[in-house]
Amino acid sequence: MSNIAIECSNVSIRYVTGDFKSIGLKEYVIRKLTGNYKVKEFWADRNVNFELEKGEMLGIIGSNGAGKSTLLKAVTGIMLPTEGEIHVNGTIAALLELGSGFDNDMTVRENTYLRGALLGYTRKFLDEKYDEIIRFAELEEFQDYCFKQLSSGMKSRLAFSIACLVHPDILILDEVLSVGDGAFRKKSGDKMQEIIQGGVTAILVSHVMPQVRELCTKILWLDHGKQVCFSGDVQETCDAYEWFLSQKKKTPPKSEKEIHEMAAKWRKKLMEDEKKKEKGDQKQ
Amino acid sequence: MNKLLTNVKKYQFMFEELVKRDFKQKYKRSVLGMAWSVLSPLLTLLVMHVIFSNFFGKDIPHYTTYLFTGNIVLSYYKESTKNGMQSLMSNAKIFTKINVPKYLFLLSKNVSALVNFGLTLLVYFTFCIFDGITFRPTMFLLIFPILCLLIMDIGIGAILSALFVFFRDIQYLYEVFLTLITYMSAVFYSVDKLPHHLQQLLYLNPVYVYIKYMRLIVIDGIIPSPAYHALCIFYALFYLGIGMRIYKKCNHSFLYYL
Repeated sequence: MSNIAIECSNVSIRYVTGDFKSIGLKEYVIRKLTGNYKVKEFWADRNVNFELEKGEMLGIIGSNGAGKSTLLKAVTGIMLPTEGEIHVNGTIAALLELGSGFDNDMTVRENTYLRGALLGYTRKFLDEKYDEIIRFAELEEFQDYCFKQLSSGMKSRLAFSIACLVHPDILILDEVLSVGDGAFRKKSGDKMQEIIQGGVTAILVSHVMPQVRELCTKILWLDHGKQVCFSGDVQETCDAYEWFLSQKKKTPPKSEKEIHEMAAKWRKKLMEDEKKKEKGDQKQ
Repeated sequence: MNKLLTNVKKYQFMFEELVKRDFKQKYKRSVLGMAWSVLSPLLTLLVMHVIFSNFFGKDIPHYTTYLFTGNIVLSYYKESTKNGMQSLMSNAKIFTKINVPKYLFLLSKNVSALVNFGLTLLVYFTFCIFDGITFRPTMFLLIFPILCLLIMDIGIGAILSALFVFFRDIQYLYEVFLTLITYMSAVFYSVDKLPHHLQQLLYLNPVYVYIKYMRLIVIDGIIPSPAYHALCIFYALFYLGIGMRIYKKCNHSFLYYL
């Protein structure tokens, strides 16, 4: 058995957008005939390469529209890469935008079973874990309520609890660590930590930099679908990324050298800020 | 074959839960909901009987059963294909987030339509007795057209659900198409009066083919020819084949349209 959990080689994913979306057949025929039918293609991801060993945690960073979620969809098998290959070793559990896909007219209990089944759990497993799920989501009193009667916080708490009870080989988290109110957020964060420390391989997409710095052992930086870097030096890359974000004109670094330069600039800026703050304090 | 078996095992629980959900969505947990699915074809039958029995009833023996046979088959066909059409769109939020086989949604919709059809069949046979039709062992052959119909509905549902993802106005166009199917199914009239070539034309409509099969068995007590059986099988496999091909080909491109 090799030690590689996920291998992503030269992955490119092409998206098509344009006229075809929800115009209907009649309109489609007319536009085709008049030559007005336009379809745009763009690459959501272009030549992305990374390799993840078992037990590692990969952080994916990049501004909106960088192709992070698309890449995750390809890893989970919901999408196929247009080019390149993805090899996955083990079972995957993906927590992508949790709140949606429940049935509003069914009760909490029924929805729990449905979602669990869709995620690939067995009935036996759910029977055993049901109480635990409800307890974790703090919904004991609401088990027989219609799903639509729940608040949105409760809904995402339930979704999180169902999804987190699995013990997958690979866990994919798309900005899900910020669920619910403060207390639940802490609890869910702890739960995540527990799962991660249990030796799972994980991919985390997050805009919360301290989280990425703390949890991740590898980092992948995407910008407009292109891979800026894939590296094991998480702190350095995060420094460079934060510098990149603080600039008005955002040009991603082109080489490793530039990353180091940007990281250095960021650290310098941090130190200067610190000094300014100290001076300000002294004045007061 | 082995792969199929492991898949059945793997997805059995998922499928059961989906079927349960579809039932709950349909009947909204009311006893009346269940009763309505039986009552509604009966009321349709009543209306059609009142209107058409004076026009056509005199020439067609067992006109009530004649009417009823056409009605239940046609409404089963309509229900299962219309539900099937919605199966992808209404579950889009699920399969864009979780990697599940998409055909499960379609199959689950078909199960609930089939159960509904089963209920109306019970009423149908009760009516047959009232209409003076005695039970014959050959009636067990009815399983054959029903099975063919089920397979064809799954196929057509697959085609429609895929098209519906690509073109949202398919549902209106399909309504128009259903009107054509309705009049081509000879639900309330007899085809004997039609010129020969028009009678032949009706065989293009698979729903008519299945209706006629059922009438031959129930009313006339005749077992259709082997060629007729072949035609039934052909329609079922033809549409299923197309549907499966589309699903296979578009499995990953549905996402772009949602």
